Amino acid sequence: MNILSLFVLIPLLMLAGLWLARTLNQVRGVMVTGASLLLAAAVWLTVAYIGQRNAGAAQEMLFTDSITWYAPLHICYSVGVDGISVAMLLLSAIIVFTGTFASWRLQPLTKEYFLWFTLLSTGVFGFFISTDLFTMFMFYEVALIPMYLLIGVWGSGRKEYAAMKLTLMLMGASAFLLIGILGIYYGAGGDTMNILELVKRDIPYDMQRLFFPLVFLGFGVLGALFPFHTWSPDGHASAPTAVSMLHAGVLMKLGGYGCFRVAMYLMPEGAAEWGNFFLVLTTISVVYGAFSAVVQTDLKYINAYSSVSHCGLVLFALLMMTRTSCTGAILQMLSHGLMTALFFALIGMIYGRTHTRDIRQLRGLMRIMPFLSVGYVIAGLANLGLPGLSGFVAEMTVFVGSFEHPDTFHRTCTLIATMSIVITAVYILRVVGRILYGTCTNEAHLKLTDATWDERFAVICLIAAVAGLGIAPLWMSNLISESVAPVIAQLLGHAL
Amino acid sequence: MDFTLFILACPAVGFLLLALAGMRMSHRAAGLTGTLLMAVTTVLSGATAWRFFTAARNADGVLPAQIPFNVEWLPLGGSLHIDMGMLLDPISVMMLVVVSGVSLMVHIYSLGYMKGERGFQRYYAFLSLFTFSMLGLVVAANVFQMYVFWELVGVSSYLLIGFYYTRPEAIAASKKAFIVTRFADLGFLIGILIYGYYVGTFSFSPSQEGLMRGGMMLPWALGLMFIGGAGKSAMFPLHIWLPDAMEGPTPVSALIHAATMVVAGVYQVARLFPLYIGYAPQVLHMVAVVGVVTAFYAATVACVQSDIKRVLAFSTISQIGFMMVALGVCTSVLPHEGGLGYMASMFHLFTHALFKALLFLGAGSIIHAVHSNEMSTMGGLRRYMPVTHITFLVACLAIAGIPGFSGFFSKDEILAACFAYSPVIGWIMTFIAGMTAFYMFRLYYGIFWGRENKALHEAHRPHESPLVMTAPLMILAVLTLAVGWMPFGHFISSDGEAYDIHIDATVASVSVIVALIAIALATWMYARPQQPVADALARRFPALHRAAYRRFYMDEAWLFVTRRIIFRCVSAPLAWWDRRVIDQFMNFMAWSANACAEELQPVQSGKVQSYTLWFLGGIVVLTLVLLAC
Repeated sequence: MNILSLFVLIPLLMLAGLWLARTLNQVRGVMVTGASLLLAAAVWLTVAYIGQRNAGAAQEMLFTDSITWYAPLHICYSVGVDGISVAMLLLSAIIVFTGTFASWRLQPLTKEYFLWFTLLSTGVFGFFISTDLFTMFMFYEVALIPMYLLIGVWGSGRKEYAAMKLTLMLMGASAFLLIGILGIYYGAGGDTMNILELVKRDIPYDMQRLFFPLVFLGFGVLGALFPFHTWSPDGHASAPTAVSMLHAGVLMKLGGYGCFRVAMYLMPEGAAEWGNFFLVLTTISVVYGAFSAVVQTDLKYINAYSSVSHCGLVLFALLMMTRTSCTGAILQMLSHGLMTALFFALIGMIYGRTHTRDIRQLRGLMRIMPFLSVGYVIAGLANLGLPGLSGFVAEMTVFVGSFEHPDTFHRTCTLIATMSIVITAVYILRVVGRILYGTCTNEAHLKLTDATWDERFAVICLIAAVAGLGIAPLWMSNLISESVAPVIAQLLGHAL
Repeated sequence: MDFTLFILACPAVGFLLLALAGMRMSHRAAGLTGTLLMAVTTVLSGATAWRFFTAARNADGVLPAQIPFNVEWLPLGGSLHIDMGMLLDPISVMMLVVVSGVSLMVHIYSLGYMKGERGFQRYYAFLSLFTFSMLGLVVAANVFQMYVFWELVGVSSYLLIGFYYTRPEAIAASKKAFIVTRFADLGFLIGILIYGYYVGTFSFSPSQEGLMRGGMMLPWALGLMFIGGAGKSAMFPLHIWLPDAMEGPTPVSALIHAATMVVAGVYQVARLFPLYIGYAPQVLHMVAVVGVVTAFYAATVACVQSDIKRVLAFSTISQIGFMMVALGVCTSVLPHEGGLGYMASMFHLFTHALFKALLFLGAGSIIHAVHSNEMSTMGGLRRYMPVTHITFLVACLAIAGIPGFSGFFSKDEILAACFAYSPVIGWIMTFIAGMTAFYMFRLYYGIFWGRENKALHEAHRPHESPLVMTAPLMILAVLTLAVGWMPFGHFISSDGEAYDIHIDATVASVSVIVALIAIALATWMYARPQQPVADALARRFPALHRAAYRRFYMDEAWLFVTRRIIFRCVSAPLAWWDRRVIDQFMNFMAWSANACAEELQPVQSGKVQSYTLWFLGGIVVLTLVLLAC
C-alpha cells in the first residue's frame, strides 16, 4: 500500500473508532491516538520526502500511485506529493492535532462533533494527496459538507444563518469548479483526469480562456477572494473553536492550493490572459481586508478580515507568477494557517471564559489570564510580521518576489499590497491594547482562570511551529521553491 | 568558532531563559542572571574592540573589516538571499561597545530602580531581547538583516514602553511608537526592495556592475530607506512617538530612547555612507536639511516643557538632528575635504550615548526620589542628592559643549563640518547649540536650584538613591569626562584611515562663547527661587508659549490624520460597504432564489384542473410556434 493512503486511512479508522467509542475518554483516546499518528506520519513523510530528493529523485511528484476507480470517465485514485503538498500535509496534521486539544472539553455531543471533525480532516488530507482532478474534487466536497453541521450545531450566535451562507457560497463556487474541471478534462482530450498527465496535454487556448476563470474563482472563493469573501467573517464568527482553526488554518488553503495546482498549472495561457484581472481583485482583498479589520469590534470578525487580507496575499503572490513570489505564497499559506489557528484557538479559549468577543467589553485580561494573553500577543506579533515568527518570512518572500516585475501595473499592485503591513499593525495593536492591557473592571471577569493543561498544550505546539518556521525558514523555503519550479516553467513556457 | 558569536548569544539566551523560566525565579535571581549575561557580553564586546582596533592596518591604512560568520537564512530567488551574519568594521565595533556598555549600566541601575516592581523578570527579559536585537542590528552584514533586527528592536521598544500595561498612557504611547515607526519602516522596506531588485544584492558593498545597474534608482532606494531611519531616529515630522515613549520605565528611556535605538537611523545612514556619497549626494543633503529642521524644532520645544523626561526626549531629538546634519553635510569620503562630518557624527553618537544615558539615569534617580516627572515637584534637590547632582551637572556641561567635557569635542567637529559646507548651516547649528545649553541649564536649575517645592519635600524628604543606582551614574560621569580626549579619528573616519582631530580655534571659541552666554542667561532666569523674567516671557507671549508647550500641535495633526481620515473616512465606510453592500448582495441572491421559489410554488398546486389548463395552453403555444416555422 502506498504510504500516502495512510493519510486517508487513519482518519477513516478514527471514524470507525469514534463510532465504537462509548465513553468520553474513549472518544478522546481515539482522537489523540489518531491525530498523533497523523502528525507522526506527516513528519515522517517530510523527512522521507527530503531524503528522497537529496538522494536525487527528480520526478515532479514522489510516492505516486494510481488505482482506476471508474474507468469510463478515467477517474482514478491517484496520489502523489511534491514539496507543496508535503508542507500542506504537515500543516493540516499540526492543526488537526492541536485542534483536538483545543476542543478537549467541548460539550455537548462530543462524539458526534469529533466524527464530523474527523470526516472534515479526511477530506482535507485526501485533497492534498490527490493528483486526480475528480478525486480531488470529491475530497474537497467531503471537507465542505461537515462544516455545515459543525457550525450549525456546535456554533454560536447566528449559527444557522452563518452555516447556510458559508455552505451555499462554497457550494456555489464548487459548481463553477466542477464545470471547470470537466472543461479541462474534455479540453485535454478526455482520456485522463490525472494532473501529471493533463499537464503534458495542450488544452486549446479558447477553452483555457473560458475555464480558467471558472476554476480560479471556484477555488478563489474558498481562499476568500474579494468580493466573494463575506462567508468568512460570519462563518468564522459562528464556528466553534477547533472548526475555526481548521477552517482558517487548512480549509482556506485548499483554495490557494487549488488555484495554483489546477488553475494555473493546467491552464497557463488562461492564467496569462486573466492574471491581471484577478490580480486587481486580490490586491483589493489585501488592503480591503486590512482596512475593514481596523474598525471591527468582534474578535473573530477582526481575525476573519485579517484572514481575508492574508489569504488575499496568497492569491496575490500566486498571480505574480514568479518563482519567488509563488514560494512566498505557499509559505504564506503555511504561516497564515499556523498563526490563524493559534489566533482562533486563543479567541475560542477567551470566549469560553468570558462569553463575549466584543472588544469593548473586555479589558485587562493580561492580569487575569496571563498565559492566554501572552499567547495572544505572540499570535498578534506573528500576524503583523515580526521577524523570528513565520509571518515575516512569508511576507518578505512575497514582496521580494512580486517586486521582480518591473512594469508599472505589477509594481503599483505590489506597493499597494505592502501598505497592508502597516494597517495590520494598527488593528493588531488596537486589539492587544484594548483587551489585554489596562485594568479589568468587570467583576465577573476577575474570577476567571487561566488556560487548562490541554489548552496550554495546543497553544504551545502552535507557537513552537510559528516560531520554528520563523527562525529557520531555509529548509521549508527550499522544499517549496523546488516544487514551485515546474509550475513556473509551465507558466513561462506558455506566456512567451 | 569565534568568540564574537557569544556577543549575540548571551542576550538571546538571557531572553529565552527569563521569558520561559523567569516567573519561577526570584526577582534577585532574574535580575542577576540578566545582568551577568550582559556583563559577559560587554567584556566580549570590549575584547572584540581591542582586537579589532589593535589589528594591523591594510596597505592603504584601513582597518580590515571582518566577517566572523555569515549563513544563508532565507533564499529569495535569483541572486537574492537574506543572510544572517556579523560584520565587524570600525562603526559596528564602536556601536557594539556603546550598546553593550550602556545596556550593562542600565541593567545594573535597574536592579535598584525597578526593585519590587511587579513584572521584574519580564522587564529583564525584555531588556535582554532589546539588547540582542540592537546588537544584531549593529553587526548586520546586509541591509535585510538590518531590517530584520530593526523590526525586532521596534518590538522590544513597544514591549518596554508598554511595560506598565495597566496605565492608559503607556498603552497609547507604546501603540503610537510602534505604528509610527512601522509606517516609516514601510519606506525602509520599499527602499530595500528597490535596492535588491536593481542592484541585485542586499549587501552593503555591492559589486561595481550592480551599482551601475542600480544607477538612477539608487537615490530613490536610499531616500526611502532614510524614511525608515528618520522614523526610528525621530526626525521631524515622524518624531511624535518619542516624547510619548517616555511612559516607559526611565532606565528604558535611557537605553532605548536616548543612547541606542534612536540613533539607529544615524547608524543606518553612516552604514550606507559610501553609497550616499558616491551615488546620491543630493539625498544626503536632504538628510542634512531634515536634521537642521528637527534640531531646531526640538530645541524650541525643549525650552518650555515642564516634564523632565520630556525635556530630555526633545533634547535627544535635537541632538540626533545634529548627528544627521553632520552626515548630511559631507561632500566626499576624504576626511580632509568634506568628509569630516562622518567622523564627527559618529563621535557625537558615541559621546551623546554616554552623557544622555547619564542624564536619563540621573532623571530616573530624581524621579525615584520625588515620585514625579514634573519640575514643579523638584527644585533645590542638590542638598538631598549630591551624587545625582554632580553627575547630572557633568552631563549638562558635556551636552552644552563646555571645553574638556566630551560633548565639546564632538560638537565642535560637527560645527566645523557644517561651517565647511555652508556658513548658513554653521551659524544655525551654532545657535541651536546655544539653545541646547540654555534648555539644559533651565532643566538643571529647575531640578537642583530654583523654586523648591518645600511643602512637598517636608512631607516626603527626597533621598539619594542606593549605590546600585549611583554607581552607574558615577561610571558614566567619569566616562563623559574622559572620552572626549580619545583620538576618535584614529578609529573611525570617512575613508577608514587614521585622522587626527584638531580643534578649529575659531569655531570652538564661537561655540563656547555662545554656550556660556546661554548658560548665563539660564542662570539669570532660572537659578533663583523668584523667576520674574521667565514668568514675564510666558505671560508676554502666551500663544507662542502654549504652542511650544503643545509641541506646535504636531500630535494633533497626526491624530487628525489617523482618527479622522484613516478610521472615519477609510475604514469605517469600507466596513459599512462590506456589510451593507457586498454582503447584502449575497443575501439578496439568496433571498431572490427563495422569492422565485415562492412565486413558482403555486404552480405545483396539485389541482388537476389547473394542470390541464396549463397543458392545453402549452399545446396551443407549441402548435402556434410550430406552425409559424
